[in-house]
Amino acid sequence: MKEAIGTTGLVMNEPLLWEKSRKGRCGISFSRKDVPDASVDADLAGEGPDFPDLSEVDVVRHYTRLSQWNFGVDTGMYPLGSCTMKYNPKINEKMAALPGFAEAHPMLPPDLSQGTLRLMYELERYLSEITGMDATTVQPAAGAHGELTAMLLFHAFHRKKGEKRTKILIPDTAHGTNPASASLCGYASIPVASNEKGVLDPATVADIMDEDTVGIMVTNPNTLGLFEDNIRKVCDIVHAKGGLVYCDGANLNAVMGIVKMGEIGIDAVHLNLHKTFSTPHGGGGPGAGPVCVKKALEPFLPVPRVEKKGEKYEFVWNRAESIGKIHAFYGNFGILIRAYTYILSMGKELKTASQHAVLNANYIKEKLRDVYHLPYDRPCMHECVFTDKAQEQYRITTLDIAKRLMDYGFHPPTIYFPLVVHGAIMIEPTETEPKENIDAFIAAMRAIAKEAEENPDLLKNAPVKTKVRRLDEVTAARKPCLCG
Amino acid sequence: MRYLPHTGEDTAEMLAAVGAKDLSDLFSAIPKDCRFNGELNLPEMSEWEVSSHMNGLSRQMGAGAEYKVFVGAGSYAHHIPASVQYLAGRSEFVTAYTPYQPEISQGTLQAIFEYQSLTARLLGMEVANASMYDGASALAEALLMAIRIQKVKKKTVAVSRLIHPMYRKVVQTYFSPTEYTIAELPCLPDGTTDLSPLDGLADLAAVALQSPNFFGCIENMEEAGKKAHAQDALFLTAFTEPLAYGLYKNPGSCGADIVCGEGQSMGIPQSFGGPGLGMFASLNKYVRNMPGRLIGQTTDAEGRRGFVLTLSTREQHIRRERATSNICSNQGLCATMSGMYMASLGGTGIRQLARLNFDKAEYLKEGFRKAGVKIPFSRATFNEFTAAFPEGFQSVHRRLEKEKIIAGIPLECYYPELKNHYLFCVTEIFSKADMDHLIHTIQKEVRP
Repeated sequence: MKEAIGTTGLVMNEPLLWEKSRKGRCGISFSRKDVPDASVDADLAGEGPDFPDLSEVDVVRHYTRLSQWNFGVDTGMYPLGSCTMKYNPKINEKMAALPGFAEAHPMLPPDLSQGTLRLMYELERYLSEITGMDATTVQPAAGAHGELTAMLLFHAFHRKKGEKRTKILIPDTAHGTNPASASLCGYASIPVASNEKGVLDPATVADIMDEDTVGIMVTNPNTLGLFEDNIRKVCDIVHAKGGLVYCDGANLNAVMGIVKMGEIGIDAVHLNLHKTFSTPHGGGGPGAGPVCVKKALEPFLPVPRVEKKGEKYEFVWNRAESIGKIHAFYGNFGILIRAYTYILSMGKELKTASQHAVLNANYIKEKLRDVYHLPYDRPCMHECVFTDKAQEQYRITTLDIAKRLMDYGFHPPTIYFPLVVHGAIMIEPTETEPKENIDAFIAAMRAIAKEAEENPDLLKNAPVKTKVRRLDEVTAARKPCLCG
Repeated sequence: MRYLPHTGEDTAEMLAAVGAKDLSDLFSAIPKDCRFNGELNLPEMSEWEVSSHMNGLSRQMGAGAEYKVFVGAGSYAHHIPASVQYLAGRSEFVTAYTPYQPEISQGTLQAIFEYQSLTARLLGMEVANASMYDGASALAEALLMAIRIQKVKKKTVAVSRLIHPMYRKVVQTYFSPTEYTIAELPCLPDGTTDLSPLDGLADLAAVALQSPNFFGCIENMEEAGKKAHAQDALFLTAFTEPLAYGLYKNPGSCGADIVCGEGQSMGIPQSFGGPGLGMFASLNKYVRNMPGRLIGQTTDAEGRRGFVLTLSTREQHIRRERATSNICSNQGLCATMSGMYMASLGGTGIRQLARLNFDKAEYLKEGFRKAGVKIPFSRATFNEFTAAFPEGFQSVHRRLEKEKIIAGIPLECYYPELKNHYLFCVTEIFSKADMDHLIHTIQKEVRP
């Protein structure tokens, strides 16, 4: 291959904040003290925290240096499967920072919050349109929070019918958040094995679905990057026993404008605005996990709901059957602004985004299938899953391949997930990656496959070009140092 | 579309490579009866049009310099240094994922490790996690954690009625499908929590208080801690305004076992209530029961200091249905931003800023008193306090709204017995002139 884009340059070391503190420094401007001293109750007064004292320039250098040790989407290709690391448009950030939004208090009177109310109202409608559902709540703060919300909706639905169901079906390819969210609702997770094609078999579901089962949590497309082609049958089976179907929409980026979840039997779907709708991941969050539902679940949605009366928007709190609140205010509003901006910018092109995302994943699958083992050899959706089976003979693992990719200048794919695939390498290029970058990634993956054969130590010792080398995670967990 | 780089030529080449005749052919694996054949009904705008539309929406908000919003109640208007906003906007922080690959995520990892450490110091606790969604969900998770920690299964938690009403609603939602019960602790005339009902409570897993509480009053934390521990219950404290710990005793020094709350006031824009920051801390001995991510210090292959995600066997991606929580995405960038703010403030700065908030709020409180407004709760407060007005204050409140002044929020909708009681907040961004104007206007109404 041509010269790799990964290279080394001058990066700075930087101590911890408190290692550079000089007592008496301060990095913040204070307003004038224009009022007299008041007296503080001595019994209640404290010492104040032991924070380091730093000037503004100390703080700026510190975090600028730290930032340079990070890899982000703006740095390069980030093909992390099931995470949809697409480009985060800059206009989104600018809109979220508009003072009218950024400085808005959440308890402003309705007449002074028409802008934010309208934005939430319209975003809910756009998301309902994209998913083919009847109503949406934008209150959940993250994907897992949306899952929990959906489980609480199911719980309220069954309770209203006087039923106390105790179990929920979860395919073995599901994200760990699914069973964890179900547990928070007191449901026992019943794993459902996927078939040899990597999807759900209706017969398997029919065998275990009963009237004590809440329903099923399906990720579609699933985490193998495959569309659950029996989904309609699965939904029918679950509905016939009075159950409900929840869809984990983490992988919606494959099917916008192509499949409407509400039209294929799904009762509730959560979306990750920080995946499909281009809001940034921020090194772990904040995200947003709206939940879109069919009519039957609408009465249970969290309060407040935003409604339009004439030309005015207002919060409505009086909803007797609502599950209540799941966030102190209305969710991660700043993230909603970004997703709304993205949808307005994309419009019908959302479908093109899905088409290109799927094209890119299939292209990578075709170009790597002769050097990496493909456990499910089928047309994929927006991500493809390989394994390290072909490299096993050289004692090379998925982890080694991932670490070596860093030296080539790429963020590694998701590794060792889904759990049903041994040594999984899950690649999601997204639609925003130009072809020449995808080609460079393919060339790097092929070069690494060759190195595995000819010089496996290169992989075992990787990465070598990064700020730090492989880290001792075992000691970190055995002797935790969580606070400095 | 500017976010979609493929040219027609690129697409054609790639389609040929995968053996598809056109883009729709890529979806042949989806059964026909699952496909949507229409067109999405969505608007589409140029960058300029979007910007103009959004500016229009933002101008409908009662926010910005011309508005004087004397409201806290879980969301605080503090000055955020330009340097913090700039640093938190650096795309290396913004566009990175959860730091699963530590070698190329040391920036996020060290920043969050520092955030954990500063948060622990602020709250007087031994360990803090990498963040929860917000103060409300943090409280719900803290209560569930306390129940988990109890070796003998206990099913009751006592929650003060002076914890933020919305936090209590979220706790109710989290508890609704469980077998656990919530006992509410009532309010004393001085504006603090009545701890006496604790005496009769058996089966108690935790006692939760907020300080400063929703009325702005500082709670009798030490006493509550002792009472909780005497009944083998864990002592949980919540907060909405952590800046108070720059002036008042922190929860750790009052015997708290788990501390959680909202960190928005530490450098994060109000943004109509989110994204904020669920701060979450505990004693070291409970760390394995904690929800959420934790960053730990370690060394690399050459012995250099580095940081990694750790103790992840508690978490959903490893432990699935037996995880301590379902949380995956957190509020990472807000935690980073808050770390930047706390570092900018410093130990010297936070004392000065806390004192400024206190002095200003006391000035308004005293001004109200002199204007004939009743201050119903005698207990010490920080930057928020409750004021009781004569009947009909609602119309004054509405008139002030027209003048772009929000004179507190009414408490009656949360506490029906508190008719004409309003909760006020004053931070460093309000000037004496702002307050004098408010006092003067109210004085005219109360004592015409």
